[in-house]
Amino acid sequence: MLKIDQLGLKKGLIYAVIGPSGAGKSTLLRIINLLTPPSNGFYYFQGMALPNNGLERLRIQRKMALVFQKTLLFKDSVWNNVAYGLRARGYNRSEINALVDKLLEQVGLKDLAARRADTLSGGEAQRVAIARAVAFNPELLLLDEPTANLDPVNIELIEEMIRKLNREKSITVVMVTHNVFQARRIADQVIFIDKGEIVEMGPTEKIFTDPDHENTRLYVEGKAIF
Amino acid sequence: MSPTFEGIIEAFRLILAFDADLLQIVFLSLQVSVTAILLSTLLGVPLGTLLALKPEKKTRLINKVIFTFMGMPPVVGGLIIYLLLSRMGPLGFLDLLYSPTAMIIAQIFLAAPIITGLTMVGVRAKGEEIEETARSLGAGSALAAWTVVKESRFGIFGAIITGFSRVVAEVGAVMIVGGNIAGQTRVMTTAIVLETRKGNFELAIGLGIILLIISFVVNSMLYNIQKGGRSY
Repeated sequence: MLKIDQLGLKKGLIYAVIGPSGAGKSTLLRIINLLTPPSNGFYYFQGMALPNNGLERLRIQRKMALVFQKTLLFKDSVWNNVAYGLRARGYNRSEINALVDKLLEQVGLKDLAARRADTLSGGEAQRVAIARAVAFNPELLLLDEPTANLDPVNIELIEEMIRKLNREKSITVVMVTHNVFQARRIADQVIFIDKGEIVEMGPTEKIFTDPDHENTRLYVEGKAIF
Repeated sequence: MSPTFEGIIEAFRLILAFDADLLQIVFLSLQVSVTAILLSTLLGVPLGTLLALKPEKKTRLINKVIFTFMGMPPVVGGLIIYLLLSRMGPLGFLDLLYSPTAMIIAQIFLAAPIITGLTMVGVRAKGEEIEETARSLGAGSALAAWTVVKESRFGIFGAIITGFSRVVAEVGAVMIVGGNIAGQTRVMTTAIVLETRKGNFELAIGLGIILLIISFVVNSMLYNIQKGGRSY
C-alpha cells in the first residue's frame, strides 16, 4: 500500500527513489507508468488529468517507458527488441530503420544489433533494455534498479548511458535504487520512501548532508531504520 | 514369414504402388485431423492465453473444467457428439452424422481442451511479465496479447503437437460419429481396427506403419517450427 500526499516531477531532471526493501519504490514506478492505476486521488501528466478512456490512457502511457528490475528481452534480435516500441507506435519501416540504427550507434550497441537478445550478458541485456525504452523518445524514463546484480564496469556504463540520455534527449528519469552512493552520483533530486510514504524529497546534496528527517539521515548513512 | 514382417513389406508395397484406396484413407485422415487441429488452435490458443492472463482466482472453475475435458476418453467424446448430431439430438437437423464434418467436430471436442489447457500452462509461466513489458513499451491490448503468444510459442507449439498426437491416433470418437464407411468416413485408425477384426494383420500393420510415418513427419515439422523459437 502506497500513500502519497503529493509528488511532482520537473522535466529534464534525474530523480533517484531510495528507501528500504518493501517501502513501495517499485509500486511508485508502476503507478506513474499506469501499470497499476491509483486507487484514488489525482494523477496529472503534463497538466492533463488521468482520463477514463483506455485509448487516452494509452496515449499518456506512450509518453513514458519503464525498465523493470528483472530485464525481459523478447526472443528476437537486439535490433528488433529496440524497434519494438516504435512498431507499437506505428512508425513506418524507414523511420524505424533510421531511428534504431542511430540509437544503437549512440549508446554503443551497434555491434550487438544482430545478436539474439537471449545470448547477451546481464550488463549487455540491461543496456539493450534501456535503449529499447528510449528508442521512441519518451518524455519520462522509469528505471527500477537498473544496475542490480551488475559488475562495476557495467554499472558505470549504464550510469553514463542514463546521464547521456538525460542530457542529450532531455528525458526526465526516475530511477529506483538500493545504492545510495549511486543515487548521490547520478541524481539531481532524491525521493526517500519508507513504509509506503514519501518521507522526504529534495536536492541530492541536501538529502545527503542536511536531511529534514531523522530516518532519511539514518538511511543515507547506511544505518538501520526502526 | 511373421505377420509383422509381412506387414512392413505390405506397407511399403502399398506406398510404392500408390494404392488408390490407401491414398483415399490417408488423405481423409489428414484432412480430418489437420482441419480439427487448425480449428482447435484458432479456438484454444486465444482462449488459453486469455485465461492465463486473468488472475487464477477468477478462472479456477473453468480451469478445472478444461483440465477434466483434457482427459476425456475419446469414446465418451464421440458419444456426446453422436447424441448432439443424431436425428433425435439438438443438432440433428444439420444432418452431419456419419460425415467427415462430424469427425472433425468430434476431434475438435478432444483437441481443443488440450490446446487450451496446455497453452494456459505455457503462457502462465511468464505471460504477465511479457504483457507488462509490452505495455510499458507502449503496446495496446492487441499487440501486448500477440507479443505474449509470440514469446510463449515454445509452449504453444508443444500444446499443438500434443493435440495433434491425440487426434491422429484416436479411434473411438471417429468410429462412433463417422461410422467407418468405406470411401466416405474410413480413416487409418478405423481401417486398422476393421482389418484386425477381419484377421488381415498384414494390412493393419501396414496402415499402422504409414500412420506412424505421417505422425512422425507432421510432428517433426511442428518440432522444427518450435525449435526455431526456443529460449536458450
